Amino acid sequence: MIIAVASGKGGTGKTTIATNLALSIGEDTGENVQLIDCDVEEPNSHIFLKQLKLEKVQDVNIPIPCFDMKKCNFCGECSDFCQYNAIAVMKNDVTFFPELCHGCGGCLLVCQRDAITEKEKNIGIIERGIVDGIEFYQGLMNVGEPLAVPIIRELKKRMDERKSVVLDVPPGTACPVIEAVRGADFCILVTEPTPFGLHDLKLAVEVVRDMRIPIGIIINRDGIGDDRVEKYCEEENLPVILKVPNRREIAGLYSRGIPFTEEMPEWREKFIELHNTIKEAVRG
Amino acid sequence: MKELTIISGKGGTGKTTITACFAALAGGEAVLADCDVDAADLHLLMQPEVTETQSFGGLKIAVQDAGACTRCGLCYDHCRYNAFDEECNLYPDRCEGCAVCEYVCPSDAIKMVDRESGEAYISNTRFGPMSHARLYAGEEASGRLVSLVRQNARDLARERSKELILIDGPPGIGCPVIASITGANLVLIIAEPTLSGIHDVERIVGVTYHFGIPALVCVNKYDINEDNTRNIEDFCRSKGLGVMGRLPYDDTSTRAMIQGKSIIEYDEDGELARRIKDLWDNTRKVMETS
Repeated sequence: MIIAVASGKGGTGKTTIATNLALSIGEDTGENVQLIDCDVEEPNSHIFLKQLKLEKVQDVNIPIPCFDMKKCNFCGECSDFCQYNAIAVMKNDVTFFPELCHGCGGCLLVCQRDAITEKEKNIGIIERGIVDGIEFYQGLMNVGEPLAVPIIRELKKRMDERKSVVLDVPPGTACPVIEAVRGADFCILVTEPTPFGLHDLKLAVEVVRDMRIPIGIIINRDGIGDDRVEKYCEEENLPVILKVPNRREIAGLYSRGIPFTEEMPEWREKFIELHNTIKEAVRG
Repeated sequence: MKELTIISGKGGTGKTTITACFAALAGGEAVLADCDVDAADLHLLMQPEVTETQSFGGLKIAVQDAGACTRCGLCYDHCRYNAFDEECNLYPDRCEGCAVCEYVCPSDAIKMVDRESGEAYISNTRFGPMSHARLYAGEEASGRLVSLVRQNARDLARERSKELILIDGPPGIGCPVIASITGANLVLIIAEPTLSGIHDVERIVGVTYHFGIPALVCVNKYDINEDNTRNIEDFCRSKGLGVMGRLPYDDTSTRAMIQGKSIIEYDEDGELARRIKDLWDNTRKVMETS
């Protein structure tokens, strides 16, 4: 079973929920758990897994074009074809903008003079570690690179669907989120009871509903704002599957990289219960 | 004309809250630009009155005429985004708009068509003009929409003779972030004193370094963990960033948000508002010389 933990708004507690959920089901049920941090721009889950030793298991590369200036006749077809404006052809020069290239290979296809070949460009890595019964993977995008999706795509090839897979999804509602959530059996949306939280939750619900994935809402920092999130969930028939109170103690533990279920073991039970609720919802 | 982008790496550290305060403090002298186009929140505090809406077409998308398709498999062979299966069925949500399928299809069964990926808006607010946008759910090309929002903001600044553009940036370090900071005069990073926050600051500072953009840092909710606050500030100093004043954990920001106001309007004489004013004054001083 694959559970995606997403949010819309950043900083609502995705990583807190994903790590505590994975640790609770891993430690207490002895189930095989995979935790996969798909927030390849700013991966943080690893911080909450103590004694984790990460090992690089893969480079993520995308193919980018190389231009043979001896063969090129500056016809400009590659530039006309490229949908990403990554190639500019002048009278007797070609400028390539690698940060705009999506690696589609179109320029090679359209070049009449075989002046274009491809080389691999590294955009990030995939790391793996095992701790507390959890098989953990994360993607790490190189600083200065724009494209997160190819890394998420490679990362998700590591999923083993026989295991309980927990995906920590990046914030927002754009393409990296779709790539991360796609194929999940259930999506937890973590929100906070504030106007920003509600607004971004609505956007996230729209995305996940489009993908026809069942949703459960977790309200984090419960008590900090107002009741509009709960009213919205009620109106939209979205089950609120857990509330985590707004407590300074939890924020303090988070700041030190400690999963709060470790210090507050009563919450471990709640996460196991949550996991069971999700299993039932998925089995229908 | 100068551009200040407020970013954070990590989400939820207070970018939008602080941008709104700066807008209030700028006293109508700035153009606002919300570049967090896929989870835009600044409008919730600014209540913009939209005066102009532009449709935003990002990349094109493949459309298949299943009747004309001969199931030859060339689209499947050439698409690098797995948007086709072996039977040539198209999965449009995976299409990245490259147009390779249209090119290789021997029976003209695939056409690239325009897609509407979002909307850009020009608005008036009680603090001056605002440029913002909405990327439709799950769309690509957020970087391009960010560029459009910034271009609109520059046009507004010229038309209305404003000297400053305040940009609310997105979280992360990827394409929309890069589009939000390239060419800006200064970046203000809002950090939070958690281990995650430290990790994310290191990466976002790397990005500002990579693009050669001067940056400042302010630790928000510093009292959640003062050791971590010092670590962030030390790290930033070692990288040559200006370290600005700290802001305390204070739920005034949530109360102001619920009323749709900036902290400056909600509690002008409060401790948090006072500290944000200092942050604004210090940031503006740096702006003047950058």
